[in-house]
Amino acid sequence: MYRIAVLGDYDSIYGFATLGLDTFPVSTREEAAEKLGRLASGKYGVIYVTEKWAAELKHEIGRYQEQITPAIIQIPGIAGNTGAGVAGVKKSVEIAVGSDIVFSQQ
Amino acid sequence: MASKQITPTRMELTKTKRKLVTARRGHKLLKDKRDELMRQFLDLVKENMALRQKVEAGILSANKNFVIAKAGMDEATLNTALMTPKQEVSLEVGQKNVMSVNIPVFETKTRTADANDIYSYGFAFTSSDLDGAVKSLADILPDMLKLAETEKACQLMAAEIEKTRRRVNALEHVTIPEAQATIKYITMKLDENERSSQIRLMKVKDMMLEEAHHYSERE
Repeated sequence: MYRIAVLGDYDSIYGFATLGLDTFPVSTREEAAEKLGRLASGKYGVIYVTEKWAAELKHEIGRYQEQITPAIIQIPGIAGNTGAGVAGVKKSVEIAVGSDIVFSQQ
Repeated sequence: MASKQITPTRMELTKTKRKLVTARRGHKLLKDKRDELMRQFLDLVKENMALRQKVEAGILSANKNFVIAKAGMDEATLNTALMTPKQEVSLEVGQKNVMSVNIPVFETKTRTADANDIYSYGFAFTSSDLDGAVKSLADILPDMLKLAETEKACQLMAAEIEKTRRRVNALEHVTIPEAQATIKYITMKLDENERSSQIRLMKVKDMMLEEAHHYSERE
């Protein structure tokens, strides 16, 4: 039985707690990296990470890219959308096809 | 010509021919796998993009609602209201096999029977904006889970397609031409050996006949 985690700065994620997701507010890079590692090896099947922290933890997230769980998904934080999530989708097209032919016009 | 040293024997020829057949077959199968994976991937990635845009827009507006809610009451009240969540979501992770790629299937369970049972506070001390904010976030949760599922599937499939494409290319441009070159080289070498032994036999026969009948002396 897995659970769902949300990782990010407190202001961006506190709302998710009401839905029954586990929120993990972080404020430093080391703390975030350590927490992500602990969540990923623990009982969490999906980890939502705010785009800002996902950019910081790129290396750590890349490690879980080819595993089925956890699915680490970027979500926009309170500061707004940086476009990193969409860029991630485009990147997977680029890996598969060789160049982004699907969304390049948009 | 292949770079490595090959002994031009019949045994090597049979072995290489067998290798070529296997390589061709593998190439065809992998090519089919790649095409099918690509087809499914393109469908999935379009869905992924649509979901992502929807979820990002949803979270953005939910965040706005939360900011408004926060503005309407003091921080302590808000924190108290959200301190003990009522609802709990757990996740069942299944697997689906798509062209030998295992992709996850998420199924959620909420602790209380009513999934809308999300307000972890009494309504007396909080602003009504907070109810709206929590509701707007709850509305996009199913889409967020769907997004997690498709996005992970897309990542896994993209990695698999890349691997398969490499294999197809390696077979097509390295293994198969190499085997063909080896076969050509061995056949030519064997033919050459045969011709040379044929000539040698003819020459020997000539010499033996000469020995027996002394043709040259009679002329």
